Amino acid sequence: MTALKGAVGSGLARVDVREKVEGRAHYTADLYRPGMLFGAILGSPHAHARIKSYDVGEAMTVPGVQCVVTGDDFGDHRMGAFIKDEHAIAKGKVRYVGEPVAAVAAETEAAARLAARLVKVEYQELPAILTPEDALKPGAAIIHEELDSYFKVFDTGSRGNICSRTDFTQGDASAWSKAEVVIEGNYTTQPQAHVSLEPCGALAEIDAAGRITLWSANQSVFRVQANVCESLGIPMAQLRCVTPRVGAGFGNKMEAHIQPIAVKLAMESGRPVKLILTREEDFEIVRARHPFKIRIKTGAKRDGTLVAREVEVLLDGGAFADDSPGVLGNGLWFSCGPYRFDYMRAWGTLVYTNKLRFGAFRGFGNPQVTFASEQQVDEIAALIGMDPVTLRERNLLRGDDRWFGGTEVGSNALGACLEQVKTRSGWSRRAELKPSTPERKRAMGIGVTAHVSGLLATGAIVRMLEDGSIVLNTGAVDIGQGSDTVLCQICAEALKVPVDRIRLASPDTDGSPYNWGTTASRVTYTTGRAVVAAAGEVERQAKEHAAEILECAPSDLELRPGGQFGIVGVPEKTVTFAQISARAHWAKGGPIVGTNSYVFDRPTFDPKRAIAIGLPFPQIGALAFGALVVDVEIDEVTGKVEVKRAWSAVDAGRAINPLSVEGQIEGAFVQGMGLALSEQMVWDGARLANPSLMDYKVPTALDAPYDIEPIIVESHEPDGPFGAKGVGEIGINAVPAAIANAVAAATGIRFNALPLAPERVLRAMLAK
Amino acid sequence: MTVALKINGAAKAVEAGLSDTLLTVLRDQCLLTAAKRGCNQGVCGACTVLVDGRPQRACLTLAANCEGATITTLEGLKRDPTMMRLQKTFASLGAVQCGFCTPGILISAHWLLARNPAPAIDEIRAGLSGNLCRCTGYRKIIDAVAAAGRTAAEAGA
Repeated sequence: MTALKGAVGSGLARVDVREKVEGRAHYTADLYRPGMLFGAILGSPHAHARIKSYDVGEAMTVPGVQCVVTGDDFGDHRMGAFIKDEHAIAKGKVRYVGEPVAAVAAETEAAARLAARLVKVEYQELPAILTPEDALKPGAAIIHEELDSYFKVFDTGSRGNICSRTDFTQGDASAWSKAEVVIEGNYTTQPQAHVSLEPCGALAEIDAAGRITLWSANQSVFRVQANVCESLGIPMAQLRCVTPRVGAGFGNKMEAHIQPIAVKLAMESGRPVKLILTREEDFEIVRARHPFKIRIKTGAKRDGTLVAREVEVLLDGGAFADDSPGVLGNGLWFSCGPYRFDYMRAWGTLVYTNKLRFGAFRGFGNPQVTFASEQQVDEIAALIGMDPVTLRERNLLRGDDRWFGGTEVGSNALGACLEQVKTRSGWSRRAELKPSTPERKRAMGIGVTAHVSGLLATGAIVRMLEDGSIVLNTGAVDIGQGSDTVLCQICAEALKVPVDRIRLASPDTDGSPYNWGTTASRVTYTTGRAVVAAAGEVERQAKEHAAEILECAPSDLELRPGGQFGIVGVPEKTVTFAQISARAHWAKGGPIVGTNSYVFDRPTFDPKRAIAIGLPFPQIGALAFGALVVDVEIDEVTGKVEVKRAWSAVDAGRAINPLSVEGQIEGAFVQGMGLALSEQMVWDGARLANPSLMDYKVPTALDAPYDIEPIIVESHEPDGPFGAKGVGEIGINAVPAAIANAVAAATGIRFNALPLAPERVLRAMLAK
Repeated sequence: MTVALKINGAAKAVEAGLSDTLLTVLRDQCLLTAAKRGCNQGVCGACTVLVDGRPQRACLTLAANCEGATITTLEGLKRDPTMMRLQKTFASLGAVQCGFCTPGILISAHWLLARNPAPAIDEIRAGLSGNLCRCTGYRKIIDAVAAAGRTAAEAGA
């Protein structure tokens, strides 16, 4: 490879880092427009109620208030990624505590918030359904009476309070007869809040022609456009969506939050309106990680060969479908773990309740099922007296093995990942580990995992400007994970120019090619491929110019480092990108633009190998793999679990930017540790009891272990840009399971529920 | 009421109601947006600024109580040698992802290095424990602060 600055494989400092360390980076809340108003919302006090009437009279008297909107001001238009079941604002009915029922735009934020509280809404309360079990009871209140009429993007099987159901089967159930040991267990996981440091927000402005520009915190500028236009009933061409810097997402900002309301306020007031959620609102009204109820049964032979598994899941989706059908499908699809089974069946039901919607969160259902499945693998190892790593090594998917359902696995370095964490952690000598104090117990735990890397549509436009510099435009949103940098590195490598020759256009629905979003660990892998192809088109066009300038055949030419073409074997015969682009702009051919777009079309299921009912994602990308060992201490006096060290290996295909890959591994580990040990959204009846950072504990610098060793393994994915695949999520999946396995090894107690908070651990140890 | 402040070296009179926080005044009136509103409750640390030289939560500080105070935000430290070293190590060592927590963390790290120019890892962890980061897992931030301390020592600063 070339040694140019920022080449693929170099740990380049990210392209947006100067503005960020100097405090100049502009997030949505940092934008101010002339004549701008501030927005605020009123949330429902009820979990389930009909709205009988509104009275906005008193709210309108607050000095500075410009407009107040309620559900009556919105048409009957619904949005949703899988099931279009959600209005922009509550209309006719409220379905969870906090659901926006009215919104205000005023000259100051304080006036807007005061006025919002003064909107009077008359409700007729309905029975609140707070658990999926209650939702499924005969005669339960129905949360979406019009569910049958909603538009759905796949065969969801919706009825009553059932939002969707999915059922996957591969192999023959007779395989159970080969099982000599069978373990069955029930596991539950808790709701987790994303807590992106930047709360959700939006700024909308309408121009003289009635066209709207919308800045917002999001993971997909195109999903914002689709959601706002669907829920307001306006043509997509009327709305331009742009994305400033985004203060993280983790899934929270993929689908809509309050963008439709901000646009409505701007349309009604005729002035720019900025609406930024408080931290409490961000907890209460956006979305959260699903609580899972899992029954899992695994059978194995006494020699350690896994033979059969079945997994049944009950999922609380909250008040709206959002991404939940996808989370159910993905959780089930990964519930097999990266193992060979003769028989595998996974099915589940997703249910509406009167809670905040649950949705996409890093891992997308995978950390929850892995918490169950990877503990069960350890239990089997204990039953047959085999080392947990040996048992895994014996059953790993390898070589040409396909994933559950039959999708091909292009590259798979899981074996190497497992070997790395085993060796570097000193797994075989773990019995020699001593606790740091006598009242503590200490042990290691392991977990392995796989994750999807990319799906759906993406594109890239590479433009060569007159001076030979390059503008790359993909529409992909960098939410902090570093994709802007990685895509520039890919483009620079493809064109053999130093990375500072490339500048990135920010996501803009007017100018960017379609990009489904920064989700599903997909940007490096899918968008990176489009960048390589678009850059290749630029090279092809530029080469034609070069051949004419140098009076030779294009096949005689080579792309040389630094932005030039030369005749093969004739070092002095060169022509630069600047010379070529000037000719293209002013004399012949027209400006050089390379474009590429595609939709990922590898089938998730092979109908000859498996049966899939209610499959939310028929086409899917490559698979990433990971293995994790943790070294954990448990304080027998307090019940506190402390992770001392962790070794997290990830099959990145190829690390375009190793520094960023390490950042993903380390960040995912600590977020997973929060899920495992301390984070839990708690409902007091229908109301979220801890919507604040005081009461909801995300790990601090003192809680996170310093000794996290990120290990990059490179399998060179044949489909990926320069061999890369996605790593955004893989590092979180196995964390709760590996920690629980370590706790079980240290204490002899198997924990079937998360989080492993001190109280739960201490009670279990005292009960033993 | 009108409050006289010295912000990043310049005298500035701001209009503040009794309930207006320093954070709101800095952002909405002075358009100094490095300090962020992450929780408005004094937990996340993204709004940390220096008030009379000491780190303080701008979201918990009433502007009206700051009469005559010297306020320094990240924007005001762009030529400060310690801050420049921190900015450099944060950039080169991957300590920044989304960047929303970064201004507050840089202010806390700057304060830490002012009192303890070569902090140990655990001292850095403690010094940054009032600033939440949800992206990095903290390790690269801790390394960047340690490296900035070392760089200063090597430069004889």
